Amino acid sequence: MIDTLIQGILLGGYYAVIACGLSFMFSVMRIINLAHGSLAVGSGYGLWLLASRFGIPPFAGLLIVLPVMAGVGWLLQRYLLERSARGGALLPILTTFGLAIVIDNLLFEQFGADTRSLAPFIGSLSYDSWELPGGIYVGKLAILMMATAIALLGGLQFFLSRFALGRAIRATAEDPDTAGLVGIDARKVNALAAAIAMVTVGIAGAFLGMRATFDPYSGGPQLLFAFEAAVIGGAGSLWGTLIGGVVLGLAQSLGAQLHPQGFLIGGHIAFLLALFARLFLTGVAIVGRAGIGKIRLPLGSKT
Amino acid sequence: MRQQVRKTPPGETFLSAKGIHKRFGALVVLDNVDFSMGEADAVGIVGPNGAGKTTLLSVLAGAFPPSAGTVRFDGRDVTAQAAANRCRLGLVRTHQVPKPFSGMTAFENVLVAATHGGAASRDEAYESAVDSLTLCGMRGVANRQADTLGLLDRKRLELARALATKPKLMLLDEIGGGLTDGEAQELVGTILELRRRGIGIVWIEHIVHILLQVAERLICMDAGRIIADGEPKTVMGDAAVVKAYLGGTPA
Repeated sequence: MIDTLIQGILLGGYYAVIACGLSFMFSVMRIINLAHGSLAVGSGYGLWLLASRFGIPPFAGLLIVLPVMAGVGWLLQRYLLERSARGGALLPILTTFGLAIVIDNLLFEQFGADTRSLAPFIGSLSYDSWELPGGIYVGKLAILMMATAIALLGGLQFFLSRFALGRAIRATAEDPDTAGLVGIDARKVNALAAAIAMVTVGIAGAFLGMRATFDPYSGGPQLLFAFEAAVIGGAGSLWGTLIGGVVLGLAQSLGAQLHPQGFLIGGHIAFLLALFARLFLTGVAIVGRAGIGKIRLPLGSKT
Repeated sequence: MRQQVRKTPPGETFLSAKGIHKRFGALVVLDNVDFSMGEADAVGIVGPNGAGKTTLLSVLAGAFPPSAGTVRFDGRDVTAQAAANRCRLGLVRTHQVPKPFSGMTAFENVLVAATHGGAASRDEAYESAVDSLTLCGMRGVANRQADTLGLLDRKRLELARALATKPKLMLLDEIGGGLTDGEAQELVGTILELRRRGIGIVWIEHIVHILLQVAERLICMDAGRIIADGEPKTVMGDAAVVKAYLGGTPA
């Protein structure tokens, strides 16, 4: 039982990493990025390509892939999301949905249907573990992911509260027009925020490839996990995202204990319970606070 | 008519709006408005509700472009410039209903303005933020979350945040609205201090006796037009102004 809890919590680390970018983009640009999972898979393929073709190990490959992802985020916001956002709240969602399909199929065309993994390129890290008293084993990779999640979310939190650009992002998230009145270029700030979000997506893609296998259509499930973790944690709150990831990981692990096929169901149940509890208590489905400020999604617009 | 791009010498037109039209669909809100003022002038704008005062301010500040007409500021044509650029040039506005960044403290609100509104360095931004808060009497509430502030403090924050961008000209929209006389009087003190620092003011205000303590020139608008412009006492006595105020609105 304790083993299940520990594994569940550590699994939450991965979910927090992948949910981080989704909830960051939602809270700053108010865009629910349905291409989130596909972009993460794209980053996974990028690392796989570097490793298998050029012999660059994945951790070194991140030095190349993450700046590329940042660039992708910038361009995406500047040329796609910003334009579609002018057409109302629904259009960006549809745009990212379409983008996900495009990315998935481009990956399919390029890499075929074979499942890939980064595990062969990271030596023993993919299966090494530490033994805890009581005969419990914790994977080194799982610990690394949890540590990364905490560092990433803590770093973002610190960045948002202590840095001029971070404050500009918070101000823009709250009110882009008023931000303009005090000299903030909201377009630039949003593009930078998208770049930051995509860097976290790139990291999530790396972990996806290291801890499991992926294929061109793996984006959907990853998006679902990210979305569930973000909503459970209250999208827009950074530390909430970590909690959301942990709750999701715990629910899946416990679900798997109860029934062989209970892994996904456990997560979905936790997601729905959190959603309905919040709807029932506050009347809004997704509430972000603390970290970045108050973002409310009106009832019925999504979820 | 085109001027060279240069800094405005004293005594010449600093901010000007020529032939401004603003339509929202079929509704004409500004109808061929011409307006100009010199550097460090203090201009008051009065007029009944719906006269187009706030719209004029928004066009001057760059919240939205005019349907027709040009806006020049400090020797430049800024008609196509976004609000953020005008702010960095020194033209900043405040809102009638204060719009603080409510998830941030009062200090952060002002600091973010100081940083992006034109400060050269972090230290300068910090100093400018502290100075603005002090000038607006907000040191005591500097670390409170903006959404916990009362109305007077929100109005002051609006002023402090605009001030922190080191403006040459501030556009104030009903900053005294909803305040008690005593509170409004305090704001007048702050605004007079801004004048002493050489910052130009355009101030929309319904509370005329407050406005007249600051304004050297008064403009009265009605139905999208400027109907009177000149020395405050003269304007207030103008027949058209009296008619606009007393003739059109139920008391």
